[in-house]
Amino acid sequence: MSSPSGTSATERDTTSSDRAVPRPEVGAAPASNADGTTVFDVDGLSVYYGDFRAVRDVTIDVRQHEVTAFIGPSGCGKTTVLRCFNRMNDLIDIARVEGRLAYHGVDLYERGINPVEVRRRVGIVFQKPNPFPKSIYDNVAYGPRIAGLAKKGNLDEMVEHSLRQAALWDEVKDRLKASGLGLSGGQQQRLCIARALATNPDVILMDEPCSALDPIATGRIEDLMEEIKQEYTIIIVTHNMQQAARVSDRCAFFTTEVNEQSDTRTGVLVEYDQTEIMFSNPSDERTENYVTGRFG
Amino acid sequence: MTAIPAQITADVVAAKLKGERADIAGVAFRFLLFACLGIVLAALIALIATVSGEGIPYLFGERGLADFLNRPGFSEPEFAGVYQALVGTVSMAVIIAVVAFPLGVAAALYLEEYASDTFITRTVSVIIRNLAGVPAVVYGLLGAGIFVNSRLGGATGGETLLSAGLTLAVLVLPIVVITSAEALRAVPASLREGGFGAGATRWEVVRTLVLPNAFPGILTGTILSLARALGEAAPLILLGAKTSFGGGDWGDIRGNFTALPNLINGWAKLPESQGWEPNKQAAILVTLVVILGINAVGIILRNRFEKKSR
Repeated sequence: MSSPSGTSATERDTTSSDRAVPRPEVGAAPASNADGTTVFDVDGLSVYYGDFRAVRDVTIDVRQHEVTAFIGPSGCGKTTVLRCFNRMNDLIDIARVEGRLAYHGVDLYERGINPVEVRRRVGIVFQKPNPFPKSIYDNVAYGPRIAGLAKKGNLDEMVEHSLRQAALWDEVKDRLKASGLGLSGGQQQRLCIARALATNPDVILMDEPCSALDPIATGRIEDLMEEIKQEYTIIIVTHNMQQAARVSDRCAFFTTEVNEQSDTRTGVLVEYDQTEIMFSNPSDERTENYVTGRFG
Repeated sequence: MTAIPAQITADVVAAKLKGERADIAGVAFRFLLFACLGIVLAALIALIATVSGEGIPYLFGERGLADFLNRPGFSEPEFAGVYQALVGTVSMAVIIAVVAFPLGVAAALYLEEYASDTFITRTVSVIIRNLAGVPAVVYGLLGAGIFVNSRLGGATGGETLLSAGLTLAVLVLPIVVITSAEALRAVPASLREGGFGAGATRWEVVRTLVLPNAFPGILTGTILSLARALGEAAPLILLGAKTSFGGGDWGDIRGNFTALPNLINGWAKLPESQGWEPNKQAAILVTLVVILGINAVGIILRNRFEKKSR
């Protein structure tokens, strides 16, 4: 658990409650582990690709030690929004962000913010498992090594700890020198989770982490999310509504709006609330239609 | 309804499954492909056969291979050898590799990994592609202008092995850039994303993930272009390649030079009655072996790096 969240986050909390939050439900009783600290405060976030507005006006707050799920039909900008949280969109030349995305009170798109430092605190797991063509050990050790966290001797410990957190240790402890590409799909994805955990981040972003996996591997990863949220904050994009219902504490539903004139689609946030409410008693009809399977 | 006996059903099914339909087009296509391969091989075999007739007996005859490889290219056919040309070709290979490889890979890295996709970047890429198609003779003129007749001539010594090597390096540079860029583009985007996602800087992503992954491809392209450059005689003529001169020893990069293609060219132009035919054929065989050797080194290196990156 990273210490910087302590002091700065408390200060942050007061400022964030000063801000008028439009949805009254958001202030409601926090879910199980959450201590109510806001990790991300997103306000009026829009993402553009060139002149095209891909997503508009997203306003949510992400709480510490919670799993926040982004759900919605294909092309509604869930992944685009997720990639704003660790500035992965910077890698796309034409991508541009408007609005405010604050991490413990600091706007990540402020001048002088180093995306590399952001990504060391906000790790990411991708849709398709993408282990490096290196050994299992080197995959996990990658982050600590480049971050200069690897002091002699304790790198082994860090690797073991991360692999244990990712529930992969028992399966690979005898072949740490073997290539990460030789693992099964589910194991590869847990290796990628271990790689993301190894830099000791604050937040883990997961972009449909189970979409390429079978139900058993999916179950493993869901269990491990439940486990690691004690220490981390998780944001997950998922196509699978049951998964969102099972793993998340809060849930944001996105959909697309068709712009009549230009025949383009822009993603919008429809509703953001506690998962329980989203699935049982959503306030927007579109959410209800989606979660009950009438659309999308 | 009575059940159909299992035996009968299986027989019927088997008969249908085993029924052979003649795939005439498929067979014809396969034959055509095989014939094309045959033509390619025939050209190579014809070349080797033509130069083996007198070349092999000469190389392994009473004169001996060692003598042929260790004598300069002048005087009488009985004594003339490929020593200076071999020194020239191998030295140029080293100069090309040392100069063109880092420059070309660096340029490709910048274009592919750093430069944003603008009009200027695309224009530069197109220009480099076109440069790869410029005839070698033109590069010979360019080299004469830059490395021999300009102020740089003082550093290179004028019409020297160094000037020739540098000119050939410039000649292969566009090809090295293009093939390296292709190899870099073939590195999956997911690998880069994984690196950035783990908190790596661009330089760290390039150094630890992109380059190791692209290296086998870069190496293959570079070696192929190197082998091609070493077969060029025309630009070297413009740079003052000689057939008969003194010196031309190993390490003598600021002296007179020749190369295997130029030596072959020189010997081929002499009247047949003087009896240079065996020398010429033997020199062609030596050239083939040198090129083969360079490609072999490339393949060995590539396999080593491929194993490492897996």
